Amino acid sequence: MMSGWLKNWFESQKQTRKFHPFWIVLVVTATLAVGGLVWVSTYLFKIEEVPAVPAVAASAAPGQAGAQTGNLPTTAKPSLLSVEHDFSPPDPDDIPEGEFGDVIRLGKNIFTDTQTYAKAYVGNGLNCVNCHLDAGRKPDSAPLWAAFGMFPAYRDKNKQVNSYEDRLAGCFRFSMNGKAPPLGGKEMVALTSYSYWLAQGAPIGVALKGRGYPELDQPALAPDEVRGKVVFEANCAICHGADGQGTLVKGRYVFPPLWGSQSFNAGAGMSKIHNAAGFIKANMPLGQGGSLNLQDAWDVAKFMTSHERPADPRLAKK
Amino acid sequence: MRRHKSTSFEPRQRYADTVRLLALMVLTVFASVWASHAFADKLAGGVIAQKGGAGITACLACHGSNGEGQAAAGFPRLAGQHQAYLVKQLQAFANGQRKNAQMDPIASALSAQQISDVAEYYASLPGWKPNAKPVASAPQAVLGFKLATSGNWSKGMPACFACHGEGGAGVAPHFPSLAGQMSTYTRAQLKAWQAGTRDNDPQGLMKSVAIKMSDEEIAAVSLYLENPALNEKVK
Repeated sequence: MMSGWLKNWFESQKQTRKFHPFWIVLVVTATLAVGGLVWVSTYLFKIEEVPAVPAVAASAAPGQAGAQTGNLPTTAKPSLLSVEHDFSPPDPDDIPEGEFGDVIRLGKNIFTDTQTYAKAYVGNGLNCVNCHLDAGRKPDSAPLWAAFGMFPAYRDKNKQVNSYEDRLAGCFRFSMNGKAPPLGGKEMVALTSYSYWLAQGAPIGVALKGRGYPELDQPALAPDEVRGKVVFEANCAICHGADGQGTLVKGRYVFPPLWGSQSFNAGAGMSKIHNAAGFIKANMPLGQGGSLNLQDAWDVAKFMTSHERPADPRLAKK
Repeated sequence: MRRHKSTSFEPRQRYADTVRLLALMVLTVFASVWASHAFADKLAGGVIAQKGGAGITACLACHGSNGEGQAAAGFPRLAGQHQAYLVKQLQAFANGQRKNAQMDPIASALSAQQISDVAEYYASLPGWKPNAKPVASAPQAVLGFKLATSGNWSKGMPACFACHGEGGAGVAPHFPSLAGQMSTYTRAQLKAWQAGTRDNDPQGLMKSVAIKMSDEEIAAVSLYLENPALNEKVK
């Protein structure tokens, strides 16, 4: 019916001598042009939408952060644990030569091999990189580039305004169960330099996507260490050991201890179940981040945090 | 032994010495029986490796006289590999968890004791030692070094050494030593995990890394692991 009408119209056009085969080319071109415009405009629309999606970054000057990296996610997969983020840190291969570069590199070395490069300030078997994966670059693993621009800040933890160095000092005191390197000393300057270098181009005072550990939804059932033990044995024990004491090779931990004397103390952020659950859900087992379900992540975090560990030094001093 | 100065017979003393001697003998017998059962015998393993046995081809025919492997054919280096890992692989070949036309019949013909012995033998051989000879072309070596030590987290890929230990020395029993392994073998295994033709890794840990790797990354890291002494300075 339709084709019959089309045929008639075609014929009548021929009769009127107004029809020209070039029309077809014109129509096709016009369609492509309009379609292309629509397509491009939806693409532009999406670019403006992306930074506004995460609730945390809602106040984060939409568009600004995204525009700075130009590194937009190619596969849109909205998820709390998504590795998409508004900022991409530089590649450590690009740390510059020269004196500043040397200090940045020292900072990276301290970060990835704290046991060697800042031994005097460490009181357990851990390295910074154990909880801040990819040398402090991985989103949802408390990346340095997302922390750097958020200080100075008031912290309830010590009821005062903390500089970035103060914040690093807290890591040494609690997570490394050691003592803080002197403010302005070699280690602090190196770690600050490395963080600064990773945060180049990131906005100041903006909670970037991927900052800290993800805030998980509450589980259906209250976190339970008995269920957590089962999750632990099935997923974690292979590396961290059935006793959670990590795996030592030639006196160095390949896999970090999760509790006990060689682990972080009770004042560390990771000893709080919501941090542990967020880190575990996003990052564990290594290379299989996101594979545990919400309930398992909370349960195994409960199991880990309910073990004994060195006391919170703030309580010991009182 | 300290009591020889006493020449006069003291019944109590003699009795005590006899008991000690007996205890020592019993202990020795127990210890040797226990040792032969609990511990693999690397000498017996060496015989299997070099001469084979009933239905068992000598290992050295393919894996080299010192367990160094055979690059061209992709037969892996065994020397210095962790005993527990080798046992697990031989068991996997025997029970079909891991498939290989050459290894399956050999592993099936080995008894549990022979598996333990031969694994002990290869674990006892000197492992790979760093050498200065660069085996990878520079850009490939740099990429390989980076993947092995830092991974590629933009794809969620952890570093090889995060699980396989510093320098790829391995972490017994689950994470084999990688250092000095034939690149032909490493490459083939990574491809096998990608294709799903090898899947005897615990918790699918190796598969979840392998499936994220590009061909270029597999080639680079396999070459790098053949001689992981190379470091950043290659650049």
